[in-house]
Amino acid sequence: MELLPQLLVNGIISGTLLAIPAIGFTAIFAVLRFPNFSVASHATIGAFAGYAANVWLGLPAAPALIAAFLVAALVGLASDEIALKPLRPYGALTAAIASIALTIVLENMVRFGFGNELRGYDLPLVRDWRIAGVRVGPQQVQNLVLALIIMAAVFAALKFTRIGKAMRAVADNPTLAELKGIDPVRVGRLTVFIAMGLVGAGGMLLGLGTSIDPLTGFRFILPIFAAAVVGGLGSIPGAALGAMVVGIGEELSVLVLSPSYKSAVGFVAIVLVLAFRPRGLLGERAY
Amino acid sequence: MLSYLLATLTFAGVYALLALGLNVIWGMAGMINLGLAGFFALGAYASALATVALGLPIALGIVIAIAAAALAGALLSRLTLNLRGDYLAIVTLGFGEVIRLIAANEIWLTNGSDGIPGIPGPFRGALTPLQFNALSCGLLLLAVALAWFLTERLRRSPYGRALRAIRDDETAAAVAGKPVRLYKVQAFAIGAGLLGLAGAAYAHFTSYVAPDIFRPLLTIYIFLALTAGGTGNTSGAVLGAFLVIVILEGSRFIEPMFHGMSGAQGAALREIIIGSVLIFVMRIRPEGLLAERPPKPVEP
Repeated sequence: MELLPQLLVNGIISGTLLAIPAIGFTAIFAVLRFPNFSVASHATIGAFAGYAANVWLGLPAAPALIAAFLVAALVGLASDEIALKPLRPYGALTAAIASIALTIVLENMVRFGFGNELRGYDLPLVRDWRIAGVRVGPQQVQNLVLALIIMAAVFAALKFTRIGKAMRAVADNPTLAELKGIDPVRVGRLTVFIAMGLVGAGGMLLGLGTSIDPLTGFRFILPIFAAAVVGGLGSIPGAALGAMVVGIGEELSVLVLSPSYKSAVGFVAIVLVLAFRPRGLLGERAY
Repeated sequence: MLSYLLATLTFAGVYALLALGLNVIWGMAGMINLGLAGFFALGAYASALATVALGLPIALGIVIAIAAAALAGALLSRLTLNLRGDYLAIVTLGFGEVIRLIAANEIWLTNGSDGIPGIPGPFRGALTPLQFNALSCGLLLLAVALAWFLTERLRRSPYGRALRAIRDDETAAAVAGKPVRLYKVQAFAIGAGLLGLAGAAYAHFTSYVAPDIFRPLLTIYIFLALTAGGTGNTSGAVLGAFLVIVILEGSRFIEPMFHGMSGAQGAALREIIIGSVLIFVMRIRPEGLLAERPPKPVEP
């Protein structure tokens, strides 16, 4: 089977990229306790912000990625304050429904501004490398490295900074965290900012390989949810691990399924995990 | 103009059926279903295939559509019975997307993204378009009235009371001896059946189905209908559905006021309005226009 190494390499690369938005989704779930479906539109917003920085301002991919992070983070924070935060007291499901409505609003704002046509990033054309029969693009390697740097920064921040500790404390036990003098509202805001920034950067990283349109984010939500659920909702290392499982699983699925069903692999993974191990690989109980 | 009004009223009927179906699942039994576009699609495709590919009569196609959607609902809810609501939200959203993927990719069955044209409608050949619209509108309103009557009876029955008890406190309902798991699967299946009926009605009225029609946007329309009308209130569901149509069609008339807007921009603006209205309604009147009122106890 000479296809296998190639599929594994592709899977590892796409799994690493997928981990970035999946970490964002799961972080919001951990701290604010609801599935925020507006990650779809924030991934799109990040992809378009990166596009604007890359094509209009002529920046290379790495600085454009910072623009993607910042724009998605700011839009995420603003829309959360306006639309979702006031609804959270009514329960996780109310907030979840509102987050779909928010996705529709934001996605259509992008459509209003940019239209429906496909857009490609302005990237230098380079020949693929061939290493032991496996074909890899230098751009893919660059994306992989960028994603790994972002992931390392997230893990370091969570582990070593006061803010990271405060986030983990609120995720673990909000009441106790508040007693210890941590302001859950501030931590919530910070979480939304960073998480939506990660989702935006992830949207751009995933979009770099293909072209983007207003539905870009929506196309990735099944694999993003799947990564988070497989790893265990609310667990950040879990989301990274889950993304790897889903990324490799999607690539290997082309051995048995038509490639158009790649994103259905995520759904199958969700159902299987919830049926047999609802708390995922590294997460809490689902019921 | 009359034809347009009748067609709009027919669509309102389809939305009302969807809202009534969602009301059983979400309003009465408290189970979230973000994949209702998937059940709608299932009903539409089932009836379309039964009548176009197998040449069955329309009535039988509709029965097949209801059965297919109800069966899918029973299976999905049986699989997810133990899950907490937020997980169910993810699974049902995923279900809707997978149904759309299948509709777009199983070309031998569904004709892929080209869709299935030429779905028969009742007496379509024998009537003028206006008469056909009038007939469909009448049939749909009749179906809505019937669905309203049946789900309202369901709501007032001891079964409906048990569903509300399960929604409000599952553990307490189980302690009181209610078969919680069975009732939840049944309620999901009944609601999904109504969603399938709406799909079949849509297919036979418009004569065409394609995967693009079943985007998650529809889910937002129906949640808006139910939330605005009053979650848990049967009449509220119907009222909300008509309200959504008024907003959708009304915003078509705002469009010409902005000059130089492309078609895509107009459509985007409409969807922005719908999404914002849903968030706004949830914020200022979460109980909806017609709040849920438990049926009055019978005086001795």
